[in-house]
Amino acid sequence: MSENIKISVKDLDLYYGSFQALKKVNLEVAEHKITALIGPSGCGKSTFLKTQNRMNDLEKGVKIEGQLLLDNKIDIYKDIDAMDLRKRVGMVFQQPNPFPKSIYDNVAYGPRINGIKSKAKLDEIVERSLKQAAIWDELKDRLTKSALGLSGGQQQRLCIARTLAVEPDVLLMDEPTSALDPISTSSIEDLAQELKENYTIVIVTHNMQQAVRISDYTAFFLLGEMVEFGKTEDLFAAPKDPRTERYITGRFG
Amino acid sequence: MNSEQFQKKIQAAKKTDKVVTTILYVIGGFFLVLLIVLAAYILIKGAMGFKPSYLSFTSEGIGNQFFNTLYLVVLSLIISVPIGIGAGIYLAEYAGDNKLTAVIRISIESLSSLPSIVVGLFGYLVFILMTGMDWNLFAGALAVSILSLPSITTTTEDALRSLPKSYKQGSMGLGASHWKAITSVLLPACFPRIITGVILAAGRGFGEAAALLYTAGQSTVLNWHNWNLTSPTCPLNPFRSGETLALHIWVLRTEGSLHANSTDIANVAAAVLIILTLVFSLGARQITRNITKKATGE
Repeated sequence: MSENIKISVKDLDLYYGSFQALKKVNLEVAEHKITALIGPSGCGKSTFLKTQNRMNDLEKGVKIEGQLLLDNKIDIYKDIDAMDLRKRVGMVFQQPNPFPKSIYDNVAYGPRINGIKSKAKLDEIVERSLKQAAIWDELKDRLTKSALGLSGGQQQRLCIARTLAVEPDVLLMDEPTSALDPISTSSIEDLAQELKENYTIVIVTHNMQQAVRISDYTAFFLLGEMVEFGKTEDLFAAPKDPRTERYITGRFG
Repeated sequence: MNSEQFQKKIQAAKKTDKVVTTILYVIGGFFLVLLIVLAAYILIKGAMGFKPSYLSFTSEGIGNQFFNTLYLVVLSLIISVPIGIGAGIYLAEYAGDNKLTAVIRISIESLSSLPSIVVGLFGYLVFILMTGMDWNLFAGALAVSILSLPSITTTTEDALRSLPKSYKQGSMGLGASHWKAITSVLLPACFPRIITGVILAAGRGFGEAAALLYTAGQSTVLNWHNWNLTSPTCPLNPFRSGETLALHIWVLRTEGSLHANSTDIANVAAAVLIILTLVFSLGARQITRNITKKATGE
């Protein structure tokens, strides 16, 4: 079965000042699949994730070389404005980060900054996004309440809904369950499975079982290098690189 | 360590905790009592010599000074709030870590420790002598703004810096520009703290005397039927001289011969001023609370 490539990364180098955080990374993210990025802390997997919607632009002293292509034609660092890019490549963060606003205003935030003002249209988007994030039934009667009053798991699903509301093609998730309890974690994992029908998902995770459970492809990072990339089942069953094998069998990291 | 020693240690820790807590309560209580006694003294003194005519707009009453005070505070806030909040946003969000920023910071720090009489004389030199105008409320408002700018700037900067980074990331991650993130998420999130800075700035205006002595002036001649803004007796003309309550108290107590009852009038003025400040500050907080509730969800 041939797959479309959503994002292709070619010879990506990234420097924080004089420190090289990513070394010649090459990777292809398949459309409507879940790609997991694994590796020990500080290996560059989160940094790599952030290059795909240019969130690292917000940090000082970051220098990037190489090429990232969206849909095989748009150079992420040359052909597109960062703000437009982030509407197409959305991000869910490690810590749930709802704004100190009502649940409704959180979800409507993205559409509003895109200029949607009609109440009817916003209502529709809020309902659709919350349904997609599988949290509509829980929240539909308290849309005017503060988002900060929700549990961690609910907050994270709200943040996913907030990202979905701007209708991105790609969802980047930076350890989205590391701050959550096991039940919330499993609900986010189920959600990711459902969402891949319509979205391309790249997820950073500390948890190798999680990568096995939900991802189609896995990339293993170590010290800024992408050591191995392949189908998740292959990578975990028969790693080609001894470093990958040592990591997934828990001998370091 | 055996269990007996351990118990002793816990006992000692509990004792220290109790002693320190008591000391802190005593200090807190002392300030509370001081505040209540002071306020009560001023209010009672004011009530003792009170005559309704003191509240009138005649030469005996303090009506004009009351209006001047409010007007001056409003004028000074119109000047200092946008500049102060703007500077705070700049320092928290845009300023690079360089010499220019360091110079700005040092300037703000020095500004905040300037004695108000120095600001008053500076205002007299620049806003009055150099412009060739007479003493006027606008010059007074500028002088007060110089005094209140540092506090508004610092509160805004601190408030923005204290917000979690994730607010900005979340907002910009959804495609918002930096400025949009500031106006739609960051500022609303720290609105109550910024308002606290504004209230303190307003307090400066209510209580200031020295900086107004040679800027807003010590005389007030108003005609409450004159609404020609260019006329020097029109109450709403910002370029007329106008004595505020705090300054009026000082003038009454130093040039007491102006009125036979100047002591009583000064006491009433002090009581009115303290009530005015209290009402302003409580009102501003209530409004902030309502707005915040509306913006953040219940």
